[in-house]
Amino acid sequence: MAVRAADLQTPGRPLRAARLRLTGFFWSHPWTKALLLLGPPLLAFGLVYLASLVALFVSSFWTVNPFTTEIEHAWNLGNFRTIFESPAYRTIAFRTIGIAAAVTITDAILAFPLGYFMARVARPRTRAMLFVAVLLPLWSSYLIRVYIWRLILDQDGILNWTLGKLGLGSVGLAYSNWAVWIIFSYVWLPFMILPVFGALERIPESLLEASRDLGAGGFQTLRRVVLPLALPGVVAGSIFTFSLTLGDYVTPLLAGGASSQFIGNVVYQSVGISNNVPFAAAFATIPLAVMAVYLLIARKLGAFEAM
Amino acid sequence: MHVLVAAMAAALCVPAAGIGSGNGLPTTIGKGEGQLNLIAWEGYTQPQWVKPFEKATGCQVHAKYAGSSDEMVTLMRQGGGTQYDGVSASGDASLRLIYGKDVQPVNPNLIPDFKNFIPALQSPPHNTIGGVHYGISLQWGPNTLLYNTKLVKPAPTSWSIIYSPKYKGKVTVPDNPIQIADAALYLSKAQPSLGIKDPYELDQAQFNAAINLLKQQKPLIKKYWALASDEIDLFKNGDAVVGASWPYQTNTLKADKVAVADLIPKEGATGWADTWMMSAHAKHPNCMYKWMAWVSTPKVQAEQAIYFGETPANTKACPIMNTLSPGSAAQYHCGASASYFDSIKFWKTPVAACGNGKNDCMDYTAWQQAWTQLKS
Repeated sequence: MAVRAADLQTPGRPLRAARLRLTGFFWSHPWTKALLLLGPPLLAFGLVYLASLVALFVSSFWTVNPFTTEIEHAWNLGNFRTIFESPAYRTIAFRTIGIAAAVTITDAILAFPLGYFMARVARPRTRAMLFVAVLLPLWSSYLIRVYIWRLILDQDGILNWTLGKLGLGSVGLAYSNWAVWIIFSYVWLPFMILPVFGALERIPESLLEASRDLGAGGFQTLRRVVLPLALPGVVAGSIFTFSLTLGDYVTPLLAGGASSQFIGNVVYQSVGISNNVPFAAAFATIPLAVMAVYLLIARKLGAFEAM
Repeated sequence: MHVLVAAMAAALCVPAAGIGSGNGLPTTIGKGEGQLNLIAWEGYTQPQWVKPFEKATGCQVHAKYAGSSDEMVTLMRQGGGTQYDGVSASGDASLRLIYGKDVQPVNPNLIPDFKNFIPALQSPPHNTIGGVHYGISLQWGPNTLLYNTKLVKPAPTSWSIIYSPKYKGKVTVPDNPIQIADAALYLSKAQPSLGIKDPYELDQAQFNAAINLLKQQKPLIKKYWALASDEIDLFKNGDAVVGASWPYQTNTLKADKVAVADLIPKEGATGWADTWMMSAHAKHPNCMYKWMAWVSTPKVQAEQAIYFGETPANTKACPIMNTLSPGSAAQYHCGASASYFDSIKFWKTPVAACGNGKNDCMDYTAWQQAWTQLKS
């Protein structure tokens, strides 16, 4: 500041002087700077993000006139009662949560060895190439990747063609919950690999050496040292894979079978086909509640430190 | 269909009742507004007839495909109803749109080809209320049974094939609550004791029987298709070999050299009679009038009929159909007799107050709920 004070005394530079006075003001009142920097994003967060969630929650207590489909602003719990009392919506909610959990576990199992290899075994060149390989699919459209999987899994698709050539018969995976599970596991895998890689990379080599010095074998080191230290990374990745699956409706719509409705599909149909926004809002609060619980558990497991 | 015939007769007795100046309807079509936003069934806004329309009128057409009547009604209501100028509504959407005040009356005198329409489609009860026209009829046709000719043998004759386990995991039907009517139509012949007379007018017992049939059918279903292109993919890739369909899919698959055929099974068929309707809040009404006039002309009617595989409302289209594709007029029953028209159970919205006078029919909300639960 000493240099700047000297500048201030230079005559004939009013603009520069004003700027320096402003800098001085911010320096003596640090909170104004924070306010100026954080104000716009906080305002956007509050208005665009939280306010829309509040609007969603409030409208879930309204109903729709069945004939005109006008929204009636009479407070009631009818939508929630329908969701909890109808076995159909329960089935859909449990299916969504179940497949989201299955996808998360699959991705964790697939991502861990790859993340371990990238973080601790691969040379920098191989590691860079693996990074590109993991991230490259994210540059193509999600929709295209789903359609490609449809082509692979079709009855006359690549998978059955290959199996047929090998004399292994054919599988009927197309348009089923199996297809939905496979496609989700594929499209969200990068979101699991990256945090797992980060967590594994942060484990100090000295801890592994200490484990070996104390007589632990490779498997025991993995189980007692690496896994617990990598767990926050796995949980951080699971937040992405779980929540992304929970909120999706495109894959079940395109690749699902006769019983593949997700919460998102019901929301989409309620808004786009039956024009029942309040019911859609009520059903959409279920993934919100599930995610709130999930995030609380994830915090306990240290996932937020790993991100 | 008796209602239809009665209304038809009534309309003929009082030709063009309520039409003319003094009722707020336009008597001439003004200058086009340059834009036209439409909601249409897949295959209804093909470049083949849209491009010449745009050239002739300067109205740029922006079309959105909808997969079901429910979706059409919702799209027409979104954004206060100002987003779209018109919709190709089927009979199960048109009344909902009229009573929901989503569409406005139109003057059929501004459509030069209106007088060439088959009588049954000039003032049908699904678009004309008390002599007021809420749209211009377009095309009609049956929902067909589509099958793979290589893999389904012998060729089916009955709808029973989509309810029998023989083709388990290879069946596809539309993802649409109105599909319940197809089950009811089949039951009306397969189980006459249920006493189903009209597949859209079902009491609780008849409705439950139809839902039970659909529940038994569910394990046989590969996928409930939402868009016609979905069903085309299913048949192309061998994931389905038999299903409920529209002739459009058959035509597209045949053009792609897929071994398929379709038929109207012996139980008869449900079907659609579509109407171009104008939004009550249309921003481009002149372009919409020009569009309704354009798609009513014999040439466009014939082109659309052949492309989609349906029957034109305009009888003048029949000879043109034969020029475009020999034998197509007979194939799609162009200028068909009233008895053929009456044999198709056209889509309509199920209401509680149905024909039996007891007010005990299942309404459309019940149909939608049952369908959601079936699919869960």
